[in-house]
Amino acid sequence: MNDVDVREAITRAHHEEWARVVAALTRRFGDLGIAEEAAAEAFATAVERWPVDGLPPNPGGWLTTTASRKAIDRIRRENKRDDKHKEAQMVYDDAPPEPVGAIDDDRLRLIFICCHPALAMQTRVALTLRMVGGLTVPEIARAYLVAETAMERRITRAKAKIKAARIPYRMPSAEDLPARVSGVLAVLFLVFNEGYLATGPGTDPLRHDLTTEAIRLTRLIRTLMPGDGEVAGLLALMLLIEARRPARVSAGGELVPLTEQDRGAWDATLIAEGHRLVRERLAAGVAPGRYQILAAINAVHTSARDIRDTDWSQVLALYDQLVRLDPSPIIALNRAIAVAEIDGPDVALATVDRLAEALTGYHAYHATRAELLRRLHRGPEARTAYDKAIELAGNTAETAYLTRRRDQLR
Amino acid sequence: MQYLVSVIDDKSNPGSTDRQPAISAFNERLIAEGYWVFAGGLADTDAATVIDNRGEQAVFSDGPFVESKEYLAGVWVWEAPDLDVALTLAAEASKVCDRKIEVRPFL
Repeated sequence: MNDVDVREAITRAHHEEWARVVAALTRRFGDLGIAEEAAAEAFATAVERWPVDGLPPNPGGWLTTTASRKAIDRIRRENKRDDKHKEAQMVYDDAPPEPVGAIDDDRLRLIFICCHPALAMQTRVALTLRMVGGLTVPEIARAYLVAETAMERRITRAKAKIKAARIPYRMPSAEDLPARVSGVLAVLFLVFNEGYLATGPGTDPLRHDLTTEAIRLTRLIRTLMPGDGEVAGLLALMLLIEARRPARVSAGGELVPLTEQDRGAWDATLIAEGHRLVRERLAAGVAPGRYQILAAINAVHTSARDIRDTDWSQVLALYDQLVRLDPSPIIALNRAIAVAEIDGPDVALATVDRLAEALTGYHAYHATRAELLRRLHRGPEARTAYDKAIELAGNTAETAYLTRRRDQLR
Repeated sequence: MQYLVSVIDDKSNPGSTDRQPAISAFNERLIAEGYWVFAGGLADTDAATVIDNRGEQAVFSDGPFVESKEYLAGVWVWEAPDLDVALTLAAEASKVCDRKIEVRPFL
């Protein structure tokens, strides 16, 4: 086995085993911090040893065992340093680690503790990417454009709170489960969205790393909770959006709207998988939640080979269903785009204008108005709306697109 | 694990004043289920006195140590196995008291 193979094996083990190792150690030692550090040490040891010793027959088992030893070493060292904590820290289960595969539930516990509602949203995102995703602190800091020290502090504070307040490492009660699952999905969708439409002048407009990570983690939850409709819905939604990524930014770095995308460039494999999930949920015959409806809307869009083939009445019917579930102004804004296709831009504009108060600080509100005004040949008003949208948009590719659209109106 | 459970009221938007019977019933339940350690409602912040005796002599000042719209109206101490249990109880407590609740672990 050559170096490249070993490197690939380590990367794969990191993807496949990191969360499992952290989860198993958290259960065994009752401490997220110890689990995280020991897992990191075990992977560092793998990077050193595997190229020399060759791949162990069971990489996951090797990593868990090595990490457990590292954790015990660390606990012993710390106990020597500080006898006061001895009692508290020596409470661990010395049974041999269970075979890999029998501990899948631990990964779910790990996800739930990282997305606990007692933690701030941005903390949940950071903790999930670190503990479940295995991203390093510098990687997470870069992804969210904050200083490494600040990200380190955020994660350290979260671990301290989990310990001090005794946030439990167990499955939520049946009664709390739907709310807690929806909390986890919100964290993953937030990670995905930052990759889908990255903010900030210094970043790429599309952050493939973040969308990929969000999809990977959602797939993991799907494996752990195969019967949950919203988990399937969110995965389908992400896949159907990700499928369009190759067509979403032009060679010149401009965002390409759905209407103008080269549909041949869409990823057919991802679309097929997304459609399969949507069909699975339709067949389940259970009233869909918001992610399932959003996935269905995206399935309609990705079923049309040409924008002119889009079944807008189906899109509108789905938005009507979504509005009943979530009467938020942002959903109403997106619904208006379908209204424009069916009842015309004037009707859509009247709907959009009613959202002025709620959405005046939201770039997409102004961009949508601009496009509708443009279709109604109200150039000067459209220009003003584009100006507002450009001022508020945080994504470089979107700003470039909006600027060109505005300048066409001269 | 013990938690300090603070009942927070807002001077500009106070919670309703007819909650006592509901709070008493809730306390009975906390006792019956083994969570109850201590509870007490507090007099108005105007009745507070702050004492600073770090210097040469004790200085007394009238009123709370910090003036704010929101203030501590009462406290509980609960014994609970973990934060999830405490938060579920706290969600009920907030309804029962018609006020915000802060849950904070003891060291």
